[in-house]
Amino acid sequence: MKAFTYERPNSPQAAAAAALAKPGAKFIAGGTNLLDLMKLEVEAPPHLIDINRLGLDRIDATPDGGLRIGAMVRNADLAADARVRVGYGVLSRSLLSGASGQLRNMATTGGNLLQRTRCPYFYDTARPCNKRLPGSGCAAIGGYNRMHAVLGASEHCIATHPSDMAVAMRLLDAAVETVAPSGALRVIPIADFYRLPGNTPQLETSLQAGEMITAVTLPPPLPGRQTYRKVRDRASYAFALVSVAAVIDAAGGRVRSARLAFGGLAHQPWRVPAAERALESGASPQEAADLVLAGARGQGHNDFKIELLRRTLRAVLTTA
Amino acid sequence: MTDPTQSPAPHPAWPISRRRIVQAGASLAGAGFATAPQAQAASAAVSRPVLLSRQLLVNGKATTVQVDSRTTLLDALRETLALKGTKKGCDHGQCGACTVLLDGRRINSCLTLAVMHDGQSVTTIEGLSVGEGLHPLQTAFLKHDGFQCGFCTPGQICSAVGMLREAGEGMPSHVSADLQVATRLSDEEIRERMSGNLCRCSAYPNIVAAIRDVAAA
Repeated sequence: MKAFTYERPNSPQAAAAAALAKPGAKFIAGGTNLLDLMKLEVEAPPHLIDINRLGLDRIDATPDGGLRIGAMVRNADLAADARVRVGYGVLSRSLLSGASGQLRNMATTGGNLLQRTRCPYFYDTARPCNKRLPGSGCAAIGGYNRMHAVLGASEHCIATHPSDMAVAMRLLDAAVETVAPSGALRVIPIADFYRLPGNTPQLETSLQAGEMITAVTLPPPLPGRQTYRKVRDRASYAFALVSVAAVIDAAGGRVRSARLAFGGLAHQPWRVPAAERALESGASPQEAADLVLAGARGQGHNDFKIELLRRTLRAVLTTA
Repeated sequence: MTDPTQSPAPHPAWPISRRRIVQAGASLAGAGFATAPQAQAASAAVSRPVLLSRQLLVNGKATTVQVDSRTTLLDALRETLALKGTKKGCDHGQCGACTVLLDGRRINSCLTLAVMHDGQSVTTIEGLSVGEGLHPLQTAFLKHDGFQCGFCTPGQICSAVGMLREAGEGMPSHVSADLQVATRLSDEEIRERMSGNLCRCSAYPNIVAAIRDVAAA
C-alpha cells in the first residue's frame, strides 16, 4: 500500500472541501472496498478523509412518509431497521443477500452505492483496463467475462456494478443527497446517479469533484409484494450473476402496478419502465423479459445470463 | 479543516531506507511510463510513512499505539500489540480469519485502519475468556471438535459471538422466511450467518454443532 496522510474533518462540508483541495484524495467510510483496492494498488490515494464521525449515521422519518438514511448507516443496521423491514422489505432483502455479516457491520450506505466493479481485470494491475487506466484497453472483452454485462456495455468497458443494495434503491426511486466543497446541497435522483461506461468508464457517477454523499432518501413505501431474488454461484457470500428486485401489486391475477430492477446485467442497476407498463397491461412474464432484454448481447462466457434473467424474472412474477 | 494533531510527523527512528530509494526511482520512471493508475497521483504522492498515535481499548485495557497510517487494525493487533490470536488469512475480507469485535460488533480487522478507531473498544480471541475460564463458545468448539488445523478458529469464535448477539437483537438473515418474526437459529440460519468465515479443513458440521449448542443454552 502506498503511504498516505489522514484527516478526520469536523463537518461534511469540510470533508468535501478537503477532497477538492487534495488531488487524488479519497473519502474513507467502512473501508471494506477501498482498502481492498489500496492493498492491490488499484487505488493509491495520497490522502484519506475519514468521514465516519460526522453524525451521518441516523435513519430518520421524512415529512412525506419516507426515510432519510444517513450515508454512514451500516448495511447491517439498515437491513435490520424496523421501518425498513416493514415498508421496504426489498431493501432489507437485498442488503442481507450481499457480503457477509462482518462486512455488513462495516460497509455503509454511501459506500455501497460507490463500490467498484469486481471485474478481475480492473483488479489486475498487470492487465489493461479502461476503468483503472483510461485508454489502456479492455481485457475483459475477449477475456474471461462470465460475470460481465449483457446490457448497456460499450467497446471500452463491459464491467457490471456489483451492489445488491443499489438495485433495491433504484427500484424504490431513492434520491442521493450530497454536499459540495462550496457547501451547496444537491439531490440526485438515483436514475441520474450512475453513468453507462461509454468511452469514459472511469467516470461512474454524476458526482462532481469533492462532492460527498450525505444521505439517501426513500419515498413512502409502495403497496404490493416485495421481492429480491439473487442467483449466484454459491448459496451465500457471492456476487450476483443476475438479480431481480420487484414490487408487484396484484389481485385476482391482475397486476395493478409493477416495478422491477435488475442487478448483474449492466454497469448500473437496470430498470426498464416499458416492461413495468406492459405487465400492468396484462403482458406475460416472457413478454416483459423481452422488453427488459431488448438489445442484450452476451460476450461469450456470460451468454447464459440472458436466459437466466428470463427464468429468474418468470420465477419472481409467478410467485408474486 | 484539518486537525493539526493529525498532521504527519517524521518518525525519529526513520532512516533513509531501501523503500524510499525505490519510491524515488519509481516516481522518475512514472514520468515516462505511465503504466500504473497511481501515476496520475504521483505529483501528490506521500514520500514517507505517516505515523500517528491512537488510543484503543483492547480486551478491556486502555492501550496507546503508534502506527503507520497504512496499518490495518489486524496488523496493529498482531504486530504492534503482539496479540497473535487474531489470524491473517486472505487479508482481503474474504475468509474471516481476522474477525474481531469492534464495540461488540464483529468485523474483518484486515479491512479497516487502526487510525480510524481512536477511543473504540476491540475484543480479540484473547479477550473472550474470563481468567482461566473459557468462553462458552470456546468450550463448545472443543467439545464438538469444531476445528482441525485451528487457523480459522479464533475468527470463527469471535464471529459466532457477534452473530449470536445479532440474532439476539432480532436481526434477520438472508434465509429468514419472515423479516418481521425473530427466527430460531436453525442450522440453515447458522450456516448463512457464518458464511463470512471459511474453514479450509471443512470442519463446518462441527462448527455448526458447537454454535447450535451455545445458541440453545
